[in-house]
Amino acid sequence: MRKLALNDEILLKIEKPARYIGNEVNSVMKDPEKVDIRFAMCFPDVYEIGMSHLGIQILYDMFNRREDVWCERVYSPWIDLDKIMREEQIPLFALESQDAVKEFDFLGITIQFEMCYTNILQVLELSQIPLHSTERTEDHPIVIGGGPCTYNPEPLAEFFDLFYIGEGETVYDELLDLYKTCKAQGMSRRKFLEFAAGIEGIYVPQFYEPEYNEDGTMKAFHRINEHAPEKIKKQIVMDVTNATYPMRPVVPFIKATQDRVVLEIQRGCIRGCRFCQAGMLYRPTRERNVETLKEYALAMLENTGHEEISLSSLSSSDYSQLEELVNFLIEEFPGKGINISLPSLRIDAFSLDVMGKVQDIRKSSLTFAPEAGSQRMRNVINKGLTEDDIISGAGQAFEGGWTKVKLYFMLGLPTETEEDMKEIARLSDRVARRYYEIPKEERHGKCQITASSSFFVPKPFTPFQWAPMCTAEEYVERAYIVKHEFQEQLNRKSLKYNWHEADLTVLEGVFARGDRKCAKVLEEAYRLGCLYDSWTETFDNSRWIQAFENTGISPDFYNLRKRTMDELFPWDFIDMGVSRKFLEREWSRAMNGEVTPNCRSNCSGCGAAQFGGGVCYEGKN
Amino acid sequence: MKARIKFQKYGALRFIGHLDVMRYFQKVMRRAEIPIAFTGGYSPHMIMSFASPLGIGLTSEGEYFDIELTEPIASKEAVRRMNAVGVEGIHVTSFRQISEEKKATGMAIVAAADYLVGTRKGVFPQNLEELVEQFIKQAEITVLKQTKRSEKLVDIRSMIYQMEVRESYTSLQDSGANQIFMELAAGSVENLKPDLVMSAFCKFAGLPEDSITCTYHRLEMYADTGTENTRKLVPLESLGNDII
Ligand code: SF4
Repeated sequence: MRKLALNDEILLKIEKPARYIGNEVNSVMKDPEKVDIRFAMCFPDVYEIGMSHLGIQILYDMFNRREDVWCERVYSPWIDLDKIMREEQIPLFALESQDAVKEFDFLGITIQFEMCYTNILQVLELSQIPLHSTERTEDHPIVIGGGPCTYNPEPLAEFFDLFYIGEGETVYDELLDLYKTCKAQGMSRRKFLEFAAGIEGIYVPQFYEPEYNEDGTMKAFHRINEHAPEKIKKQIVMDVTNATYPMRPVVPFIKATQDRVVLEIQRGCIRGCRFCQAGMLYRPTRERNVETLKEYALAMLENTGHEEISLSSLSSSDYSQLEELVNFLIEEFPGKGINISLPSLRIDAFSLDVMGKVQDIRKSSLTFAPEAGSQRMRNVINKGLTEDDIISGAGQAFEGGWTKVKLYFMLGLPTETEEDMKEIARLSDRVARRYYEIPKEERHGKCQITASSSFFVPKPFTPFQWAPMCTAEEYVERAYIVKHEFQEQLNRKSLKYNWHEADLTVLEGVFARGDRKCAKVLEEAYRLGCLYDSWTETFDNSRWIQAFENTGISPDFYNLRKRTMDELFPWDFIDMGVSRKFLEREWSRAMNGEVTPNCRSNCSGCGAAQFGGGVCYEGKN
Repeated sequence: MKARIKFQKYGALRFIGHLDVMRYFQKVMRRAEIPIAFTGGYSPHMIMSFASPLGIGLTSEGEYFDIELTEPIASKEAVRRMNAVGVEGIHVTSFRQISEEKKATGMAIVAAADYLVGTRKGVFPQNLEELVEQFIKQAEITVLKQTKRSEKLVDIRSMIYQMEVRESYTSLQDSGANQIFMELAAGSVENLKPDLVMSAFCKFAGLPEDSITCTYHRLEMYADTGTENTRKLVPLESLGNDII
């Protein structure tokens, strides 16, 4: 029988012991004696969140297809187990073999959002791996990071040996082969890193050194090892249809956030919303072949036994074969209790028809993401959705029997005025008014319009990377302005408004556009006990404030400062395909409230065409 | 058509809670393509009902649930398929057709369960046999039973049907050789958990609370086919017949 890393006493004492026992359906077991490389793949959050992540499932599948690699999973232990592991000096272990991560060749960490950074330090420390790459010896695993936050890896630079910049499907094989060769020849860690630096898309932070101006901004970014390339080229898979896809994803015992088959129908987005980092990073839009997707859907449902399938993409309505795919799914699974979930759909006649078939109209709600209340503001952010789209979409939905609508907004967008803020409430009210235009006999009681706003965080490689943010107090003030305006509305009894935590936004802002100096704050905050910062029950802002004080680092420098157009950014050493020129152009168009058409209606020459495929070449061959 | 499925739960899987076992089997049904029936409506769900849930940490070779089938499937084939798509730690041992009577399914008919109690930490005292004999000879065994809202004293003696020392040993439980066997009331009318019996026993035997930690293994679950006055316990499995 498999031996578990934790004894019964511990497992019976902690919450949800199933998080730590592995052995799930489709998890991969191998003989450690028969592989050359042991790879621990970590999502630095609790199991239920980490297990829901598609990217890890892709890499897990891809690595384990290789006979010479055994890839296993690691998640952050929840705070109850964290405490016990520290007290009893139990090293963090991988779920499959239950072996200590420190014995592995690689520890890969996917970095999906800034507020998991303290958990990265937790994973390293519990693994008994030195936090700083320069303190690691030949005995320690190579620590490699990947995921969207690595497009500005600098705040994390000293904690990682390598970063993989871009989509994981391209050069991992090359990296693993290289490692195997180096290991076989008994080469040093440093030699391996030097060779690795030669692989396109691999960034070895210790081979570079930033130089700062007196005001704290970057002056230069120096290469201090001759093997390090000047620029790191983002990796991207052009043939998404034939890229590895996990046909047998691991099925957790406990309910994960995504307890369903996830079908990624395309990568990228044609829309070009100026606040959206994913929309820029994953350019150009690449679609998966619909026939392949149908096969995947059937096979994955069969292999997992899941009762739900969800289509995933940044904007599903833009997938050219959507109707065919959705109709196929609806026809294929009647009466088998398979639910179909279709997030990120534009509300129109087609989507309403489909949703009417796959969900209970009474219970479900419609979602719109206007992102801003006023048309002026929506032009600034280049969100193509017009008020007319929203009102007429909602109108059709109301007439079809829906009564619940969710509206998503952002506050603190560049150039935002009080008028723009108030429009959030007014637009919500106009949606409600549309509902009450329906004759009373045909309505189903009251409608429920729920508006929520998050505070905008400017991200690297977006047209808004120059934008200043607000202070936490200012964010809350803005939320109050909106709240008061809601109370002024005619249909206020049918409206609900809530907003996100402002303190978190400030931190997210610091790390999103931070430099290497931010590592100190991060480490200090972690020492002070910060962990699971994205969880309300564990987030403690006072400790973060303390950490900034102790290290003499000011969040204002990163968030409130106005950046000049020619400022050198910490992330500028990455060549991400979309050109800086395009971003500059988009920033000035934003300032003028000018809309930029989407990739399909008119290419704006962002630079991503250099990858030689996707939407940029649609209908051109 | 109704079927009763018996399975074992052991190893790492003893840390999977009851709700997750249900979810696990729902997915097994789909993977194994068992022709299970669904309820109607917008969110159809499988017609499936589990007998007495097993607590986290316990192992078992006598777990049960009943399902409704849309068409027959041979018992052997069903067992084979379910195990082929299953994981180590849950093993289906039988799949049998049961009566169509409403009252005959699920939780409703469970009347008793057998357990083996061993030790994970510490050992039972030398004179275990004697102690158990004396313990069970008592006319009354009162324990403090805690529910979510209150505590009350209850006499559990009548709910202990059998209790004796056994040397028998199951490979599904990691435990010392000396074990206590007990048959206890189970089900919706009267339900007695083995750990409650053990804490009463330890107190009776004068064993300090932390000196031993027990492991619990469920062996079987029974229905009562007797009359009001005489109990006649039969394993739930025996109420069904193999589908050929
Ligand atoms: S090059 Fe044109 S079509 Fe291609 S991603 Fe950029 S804007 Fe879109």
